[in-house]
Amino acid sequence: MPEVKQEPQAPLLPGVVAVALSTAYLIALLAVEKQPLVIGLLAFGIVAVLVAHYMDWLDPVGRSFAEREGVLSAYAVLAACVVAAFFHDNHFVLLLFVTVLLYAVATLGLNIEFGYAGVLNFAGASFFGIGAYTSAVLNTYTAVPHLLVLLIGGTLAALIGSLLLLPVLRTRGHYAALVTIAFALLLKTFLEVNDVLGGPQGMQVKGMSILGWSFNDNFEIGKIEMSFYLNYFVISMLLLCGTFVLVRRLERSWIGLDLDAIRLDETAASCFGLDIARWKITAFVLGNFVIGLAGALFGMVGGFVAPNNYTFADSLIMVSILLLGGIGNPWGVVVATFIVVVLPEKLQTIQEYRFLLYALIVIVVLLFRPEGLLPRPVRRYFPGGRA
Amino acid sequence: MTYLLEARGLTRKFGGVVALDNLDLTVVPNEIIGLIGPNGSGKTTFFNVVTGIYGAHGGSVTFDGADITRASSRAVYHAGVSRTFQRSRLSLPLSIFDNIMIGNHKRLNQGLWFNLVRRGEFKREFEVNYAAARTLIEVFEPRLAERMFEPVAGLPMIDRRRIEICRALISQPKLLLLDEPSAGMTHDETKELMDDILQVRDLNRNLTIVIVEHEMGLIERITDRCVVLNFGRKIAEGPYRQVAVDRQVQEAYLGVE
Ligand SMILES: Nc1ncnc2c1ncn2[C@@H]1O[C@H](COP(=O)(O)OP(=O)(O)O)[C@@H](O)[C@H]1O
Ligand SMILES: [Mg+2]
Repeated sequence: MPEVKQEPQAPLLPGVVAVALSTAYLIALLAVEKQPLVIGLLAFGIVAVLVAHYMDWLDPVGRSFAEREGVLSAYAVLAACVVAAFFHDNHFVLLLFVTVLLYAVATLGLNIEFGYAGVLNFAGASFFGIGAYTSAVLNTYTAVPHLLVLLIGGTLAALIGSLLLLPVLRTRGHYAALVTIAFALLLKTFLEVNDVLGGPQGMQVKGMSILGWSFNDNFEIGKIEMSFYLNYFVISMLLLCGTFVLVRRLERSWIGLDLDAIRLDETAASCFGLDIARWKITAFVLGNFVIGLAGALFGMVGGFVAPNNYTFADSLIMVSILLLGGIGNPWGVVVATFIVVVLPEKLQTIQEYRFLLYALIVIVVLLFRPEGLLPRPVRRYFPGGRA
Repeated sequence: MTYLLEARGLTRKFGGVVALDNLDLTVVPNEIIGLIGPNGSGKTTFFNVVTGIYGAHGGSVTFDGADITRASSRAVYHAGVSRTFQRSRLSLPLSIFDNIMIGNHKRLNQGLWFNLVRRGEFKREFEVNYAAARTLIEVFEPRLAERMFEPVAGLPMIDRRRIEICRALISQPKLLLLDEPSAGMTHDETKELMDDILQVRDLNRNLTIVIVEHEMGLIERITDRCVVLNFGRKIAEGPYRQVAVDRQVQEAYLGVE
């Protein structure tokens, strides 16, 4: 058997430097509040990235992330913890941070469906909402353990999503997308007229508690007071890490290859024995499960659900995150979620026009960088020099 | 006589066009058959009907003793038929290795648990198949074996054709259908490609080939037998030397009535 070619490993340093600088930048951006400072910082960030791009500093970063992903992922998690620790008593920033993490999880689910299998889903927010409503109902009316509630939320999203499978499998391209849009509208109407679910006013969600540890109470470490959102940060971070590993393994397997093959050419794929329906179903069910899981946790974080929180417009936000980050690249998803979620929160002037901002982002990306900020690299099954 | 592939009275229409007209075509194991005929005579349609892309409007197809007339493309592949396409159909953003592995589908473990959780076993399976893909592509172009993880989008047409043939061969099919594999190549490139295909066949004696090809020198050199189509009908059959002098065949190619 010929040896898999051994390439010299890319150095770790550029990746570590990039993580460190991004962390410092993120802390600064989250900390400042005065609008001129925020705008200045944003301008500085954009210029810095452009300069790095033209000096070719980004390529070594990309290479070290591609080949030393394991180590750098650990650094990234550490960096997230540093940011959380820095803002340990700041409810607002921590909630924003947790929102980013859970939106990233949901968009990773969407990425399995659209990025890999090519199944368009314009009802991402609806499946997110199904998860959140599951938490609301189960936490209010039952004593189901809350970790189980999360799983049930994901399962329900996957199950309800399978109602769409027939039309999604039968129709191609734009028509399948229309089916998901119709579903989003139907679900919203259903929630609005359903009194058990609180109607248009929505309902409260009891906070999470695991083994008697209530997530909604502030706590102390030593003498230092901690925001209760740190609880949610930890569990959201765990969920994001788990989802990231799942998506990565999926991509770097024969199944990832199958999904790519059917997205790119269904006819050729079936001539080589691929079961188109099986893989579309797998991707759609798995993706919606992940979205529902994130939604269930988000429901408990926010403490409140209402039909208006899970609209078609919110689904478009998820799609725009995917487009901005780079379809199929989980790192791109994480980076883009930060941009799309944090930007309008910090820039109060544009908050009212946030959808305009998203539309602009999508148009600019499609025009100037159609593969997104971090284009998906070609698949390596075991990166790091070995194939 | 047992046939590997046996089409009887095969008919396929597109609107008013009868693309295959009551066609009888048989292939015995280990043969190389040349399927020739002017443009629009139904050669590609024959491949498409056999591989389940189009249904038949009449007649039957038997492969390896089983009726595959109404079988899906998937089932035909699993039965042991692989093909290339007249217009190259590679997945351009994917790597050379990925494209070849798509053809290896039936020999890869597709279980969710295996792929996501049993990474150690997956890695062993990956390495065996990586080695197989390299060995195969080295027959065609050793240079490509060093570039297995580059996207095929950047490669010239001749390399893409080679990869497409490797994709069809990697699963060791019983029957290989080649639809104008040398389209867009120079004379010398075509010769080289055919030599490589014959070399693979020498390694795998069980391989049977049906090839559609316009270069008659090549057909003469590599085929055991030829079938000539015109307007979806078989107008001649036999060794190349024999069909080449057939009056009907010459008329079909010259377009005289
Ligand atoms: N998908 C299709 N739709 C309509 N007509 C088709 C289709 N495929 C083939 N045909 C027609 O069938 C006839 C045979 O075509 P084809 O099998 O491609 O010929 P060849 O491969 O011998 O050049 C032609 O008249 C062609 O126009
Ligand atoms: Mg043809």
